[in-house]
Amino acid sequence: MIPQRLKSRSPSRRDRADGAVRQITRRGLIEASARAAAAAIASHQALAQEGDNLPPSVPEWQLHPGADVMSPPYGLPSRFEANVVRRPRGGSPEPPTRVAALSVTPLQDLCGIITPNGLHYERHHAGTPTIDPLEHWLIVHGMVQQPMIFTIEDVRRFPSVSRIHFLECSGNTQNWRAPKPELTVQDTHGLLSCCEWTGVPLATILAEAGVQPEAKWMLAEGADAAAMTRSIPIEKALDDALLAYAQNGERLRPEQGYPLRLLLPGYEGNASVKWLRRLKLGAEPFETREETSKYTMVMPDGETRQFNFVMQAKSVITFPSGGQRLGPPGFYEISGLAWSGLGKVALVEVSTDGGASWRDAALQEPVMSKCLTRFRSPWRWDGGPALLASRVTDETGYVQPSREALLKQRDVRSYYHYNAIQNWSVAAGGVVTNAG
Amino acid sequence: MPDRIARRITLAIAATLAAGVVRAAEPYGIGRPATPQEIAGWDIGVSPSGAGLPSGRGGVRRGEAVYAEKCASCHGAYGEGKPMDQLVGGFGTVFDMKPHKTVGSFWPYATTLFDYVRRAMPLNAPQSLTPDEVYAVSAYVLFLNGIVSEETTLDKDNLAKIVMPNRDGFVSAYQSPSVGAKP
Repeated sequence: MIPQRLKSRSPSRRDRADGAVRQITRRGLIEASARAAAAAIASHQALAQEGDNLPPSVPEWQLHPGADVMSPPYGLPSRFEANVVRRPRGGSPEPPTRVAALSVTPLQDLCGIITPNGLHYERHHAGTPTIDPLEHWLIVHGMVQQPMIFTIEDVRRFPSVSRIHFLECSGNTQNWRAPKPELTVQDTHGLLSCCEWTGVPLATILAEAGVQPEAKWMLAEGADAAAMTRSIPIEKALDDALLAYAQNGERLRPEQGYPLRLLLPGYEGNASVKWLRRLKLGAEPFETREETSKYTMVMPDGETRQFNFVMQAKSVITFPSGGQRLGPPGFYEISGLAWSGLGKVALVEVSTDGGASWRDAALQEPVMSKCLTRFRSPWRWDGGPALLASRVTDETGYVQPSREALLKQRDVRSYYHYNAIQNWSVAAGGVVTNAG
Repeated sequence: MPDRIARRITLAIAATLAAGVVRAAEPYGIGRPATPQEIAGWDIGVSPSGAGLPSGRGGVRRGEAVYAEKCASCHGAYGEGKPMDQLVGGFGTVFDMKPHKTVGSFWPYATTLFDYVRRAMPLNAPQSLTPDEVYAVSAYVLFLNGIVSEETTLDKDNLAKIVMPNRDGFVSAYQSPSVGAKP
């Protein structure tokens, strides 16, 4: 039993904490983010003035037992982290419907490379279906020797693998036009997540059905209300494609395709069809809406490119980043993410002077193929203006382009696959804004 | 252990690739054959060749009624859009900085229109239209774009023969697994 006297100690402090959370979740964009960042950096001083939980006082939470086990059975983050959530993408118009829409991952609040399942970005074309796995089958047909049906239990009987890969929406980062200074890294780069995916190599299941030699493309179809479809080259299907049923150790989240999804490492996110129900092999691409009307790039030379599958190498600094505010001058660790749809990250360079000079960042091991890589670089901020940027080179030798270089090749009309170097402007005083 | 199995599969695939067919040397025997009836219920895709188009037919006038009832509230009375995608017009704007990419100005295949309406439209009741209704509303949207005449009736024999204005506007960026997209 917990004595009531102790349990109700310091009510005023609890009230303050709740109030702070409510303010931040109201998304005052720059104000809220800057407030949270400033609060984190300046927290020691603030708490020393307010708190009776700091030395020499004994913290209130040490004076009685804490919560029971299984409070709740499926654990949740601390309520002091309630502002770390997916959000609509700032700087983009509100979509006419929330079922054909997106939400972005709070990259500024995450450490390491793994995206917690509840924070994986979303892009759905007709909402998240609620699927009973016992009534969800996978049909494999078309140019196969034997059309097959697999239940989810069937799929789980095959030899499995686990691999850590990023997924990035090809519409991630819209800095084509004049950069909007108020955007956070969640707004600019949050259509990016990285999980450990467990499933069956697609090649195993295709071999079970027998792929005819004429088969060059594979139609992948979802069981959502959009019956989302993409044509996938047979080389990719037989290379590193996965039929994934688990994500970061647990079964897929509904938003990520429960109970079965395609996972195409390094490809634009929409090709990894969620809620997968059908694979049809054919000799030609099927020219679905999502590879003609959408996800195609209008080029300045008058052609429109389709089947732009590979996400080229890209990197971004997540701290310090837009909406945050540095504290006093002195030491800060610059930290960010780098990735390539063609393989491993080979090198990340960091600049604090807008690209005039670069130095190599440290890469957190293990560096994996088609996976986020965390990079870090020490920095002593002198308190004056700075322009922070990162530049990745992948193992194929591809170097992330500057915005100017990318804009020479194509522009806002291509919309997708913006992978230029991201600049964050640090003003004297420490406020960080998007500099494109 | 999984690695060894995966290697065995890879070797088996490599061996069979040489023979032209990708087939497991030692099938696991998991799963069961799909029946033609089961496949038919789910195989709703339509290719540019017209493969996959169902029996049935529908004309522009019937399509006007279907459109008014099922589509106009999202796409506008004449396909002008708002709140959802604009379906009509926009010819010559594809390369503008603010293009109007519509069925008429941008979509390369009429089969894609049929396929998409059949699988995904209307947003609040996908796969609810009959094949006749899908043919009819496809005909109406093409009519609004000036691509077919008011007297047109579409079916599985003539829909794939329609030449869309932007048919030749697309090039594939897919080259090979090791090269991938152009920058």
